[in-house]
Amino acid sequence: MRRLSVLFSLMAALVVTGCSSQSEAVNVYSARKEALIKPLLDRFTSETGITVNLITGSADALVERMKAEGEHSPADVLITTDAGRLYRAQQEGQLATTESDTLAEQVPEALRDPEGHWYGLSVRARVVVYAPDRVAPSELSTYEALADEKWDDRICIRSSDNIYNQSLTASLIAHNGEADTEQWAEGLVSNMARDPVGGDRDQIKALAAGECDIAVVNTYYLGMMQGGDDADAREIAEQVAVFWPNQDGRGAHINISGAGVATNAPNPDNARQLIEFLVNDESQQWYAETNYEYPVRADVPVSDLLQEWGEFKQDDLPLIKLGELNADAVKLMDRAGWK
Amino acid sequence: MFSLPALRSLVLLLLALALATPVLVVAGSWLAGASPNWGHLSSTVLPSYLRHSLFLALFTGTGTLLIGVAAAWAVSRFRFPGRRVLEWALLLPLACPAYLIAYTWTGMLASEGALQQALPLPLPDIRSPAGAGLMLTLVLYPYVYLMTRAAFVSQSAVALEVARTLGAGPWRRFFRVALPLARPAIIAGLALVLMETLADYGTVAYFGVPTLSTGIYRTWFGLGDAMAAAQLAGVLLLAMVVLLTLERRARKERRISVASARAAAPLPLGRGPGLLLAAALWLPVLLGFILPALQLLVWSLPRWRDLAEPGFLGLLGTSLLIALCTALAATGLGLLLIWARRLRGDRPRRLAAGLAGFGYAVPGTVLAVGVVLVLASLDRGLNNLLASVGLPEPGLLFSGTLFAVVFACTVRFLTIPIQGLDAGLQNLSPNLDNAARSLGTASLPMLRRVHLPLLRVPLATSALLVFVDTLKELPAALVLRPFNTNTLAVRAFELASDERLADAALPALTILLAGVAPVILLTRSIRNPHQESPHADH
Repeated sequence: MRRLSVLFSLMAALVVTGCSSQSEAVNVYSARKEALIKPLLDRFTSETGITVNLITGSADALVERMKAEGEHSPADVLITTDAGRLYRAQQEGQLATTESDTLAEQVPEALRDPEGHWYGLSVRARVVVYAPDRVAPSELSTYEALADEKWDDRICIRSSDNIYNQSLTASLIAHNGEADTEQWAEGLVSNMARDPVGGDRDQIKALAAGECDIAVVNTYYLGMMQGGDDADAREIAEQVAVFWPNQDGRGAHINISGAGVATNAPNPDNARQLIEFLVNDESQQWYAETNYEYPVRADVPVSDLLQEWGEFKQDDLPLIKLGELNADAVKLMDRAGWK
Repeated sequence: MFSLPALRSLVLLLLALALATPVLVVAGSWLAGASPNWGHLSSTVLPSYLRHSLFLALFTGTGTLLIGVAAAWAVSRFRFPGRRVLEWALLLPLACPAYLIAYTWTGMLASEGALQQALPLPLPDIRSPAGAGLMLTLVLYPYVYLMTRAAFVSQSAVALEVARTLGAGPWRRFFRVALPLARPAIIAGLALVLMETLADYGTVAYFGVPTLSTGIYRTWFGLGDAMAAAQLAGVLLLAMVVLLTLERRARKERRISVASARAAAPLPLGRGPGLLLAAALWLPVLLGFILPALQLLVWSLPRWRDLAEPGFLGLLGTSLLIALCTALAATGLGLLLIWARRLRGDRPRRLAAGLAGFGYAVPGTVLAVGVVLVLASLDRGLNNLLASVGLPEPGLLFSGTLFAVVFACTVRFLTIPIQGLDAGLQNLSPNLDNAARSLGTASLPMLRRVHLPLLRVPLATSALLVFVDTLKELPAALVLRPFNTNTLAVRAFELASDERLADAALPALTILLAGVAPVILLTRSIRNPHQESPHADH
């Protein structure tokens, strides 16, 4: 019996600490990992005096939680690492429109929702990386060309479960239509050097190990390997090179990490202030650089490492399209047998 | 209208329903009719999901049975070098989350890794369906080992000696006497293994093996079709219901209860066979714990300073607190449900014990979202009710606090004490109850003075398993935690899923080490109580 009462008082203590309320606060539901955002949030607090409360988790689960909490939801800001999820949160009625001259001015039009439901915070590019000893950059051109027979048994790419492959396929549907894209996906699948396994880093490792000659990855994974303190990873990253696809046409496929203010936000002003803070000079540089991504603002300089990969032209397809076409892309990849 | 016991049955059923709501909410989506995407799924990916899930279940089921039962028999029946250490060392892989061992082994076998550099032959790619089966087998066999060993230890020596005097050889005694007697425990362990295998997401996702559980995520979050995803989860649940029902049927026909008595003394083995046996038994420990732990240690050495970071102790504290609350809550509830069914096996009580255990069979994130739905609507109702009578609104009392995490983990792991205690109680002859009753003992004193002392081993086993499982549990903590609260598993997973293995190593290693202490504690409690603690004050 005594043990039980200890348990109950423990539980009660938990409930009480969980409910402690703050005077000036902003509550963040973030799909961006803690290590990649917390330092910036701390800086926001020290500059404005506004406490930031943070939960991280998968975007889908966080949106489900917001929906379930309804009008009592404490969430002020939702941060995700792709446009598709922001679009879905908006479709589910979980994001409010935010009027902000600063944001309208700083975030390029293609990288935000036309009505102001969400704003891009950093740009992530999906590119082709190749092994310079086996492939000349002149052999590479576009995403579409990855389906050419000459790449038979030479491509590494991860599973179609991954959101970045879903977004890439969605962008191809938007540009080339569904029928052409399905043919492309079938060609790509038959060109794969192995069944899709692992994440983007694993594709880079397989490329360096000679399992394939080209791989499709997000640049920041390469950046993390190149700039990190794991000597093996650095060595591997040096054996591969970045190719920017579709530079003579629409530009390389990009996605964003971004944020929006929650519909039921208890502190919408603080929420807007936080998002504005995240696009100021200093934040942009830190936010992008820490994860080897690109700032959304063209006037913010990028790190030396990113400069080495060269400048590139971005596909200016409105990112909202990636969200709209995501389900079609998944079904198409299912049909094409892309595991 | 209702007799008191019937009323109690009803209350128990309601309790079980409350615990099952998160799963029922998900499974209930079938009532809305098949999703329009169902045709697409079944014509493209569903066969592959089913094939791979079935393969993994067979692979892992067979593997864990072989390792778990053989190891349990060896350490409980033979004396050989290092037996005392192996008794608990065999449990160590339990502390290792499956996704973590998958990442670690991939790193160890990588072409740039030390192992491959040292070997002339190319190592096989671990990232295959069979590789996933192997990883799951390595971390899940301790369930079978633990449950089976507890059963062997509490088996009376009499049955085996009778078999011997009747001329049965050692193999025959094992297969015809010991194994059938331990069957409920073995099956209980196997059921846990199969449920965990079918619901695993981390390992199969990383290895690119399309299973029902990766399919659920893909359908829900990729296709944006929660209904079809829930229906896939329903398929998974159905499989578990069928499995458990079949087993229950089969068990009923050959129900054996043995009143505990003197346990058999282990037989000494010769030096050669003894060393050989010890070596064979160390193999799963080496592959499932020692090597991965060493690799994690190597990775985390450059960042041992993170330990001093103030947040790190907080992570450990939160993880331990959640694990402790869940272990107590789940074991208590499991005992209540199973014991009540023993007292009176009417339909509501049987249903209650069955219903409460399904949380384990659905992938963690699906369950966590179910918990959010249930607790958040509870909160909304409470707030609206209080507001309507003019009282201040308390906010998200259930879904916004650690209560949500503990509740979710309890629902998820409740099946562990249910299975364990069920197997334990079945080994106690009903004559015990009859004897106690005829001496005028009422139900509660009987629980305290007869059942609880005899259930010490399964109680400790269940509580420990839930504790360690909660320590590793990820999705519940990830989706449900309150603001600014983190656990070790969340920290490790966030970094590992970003493929930052080196950064993930320290929290991962801490999970492993935090799991070791309870494992050792438990082993002490499993040694046959009749050998070590002669009936104290019953």
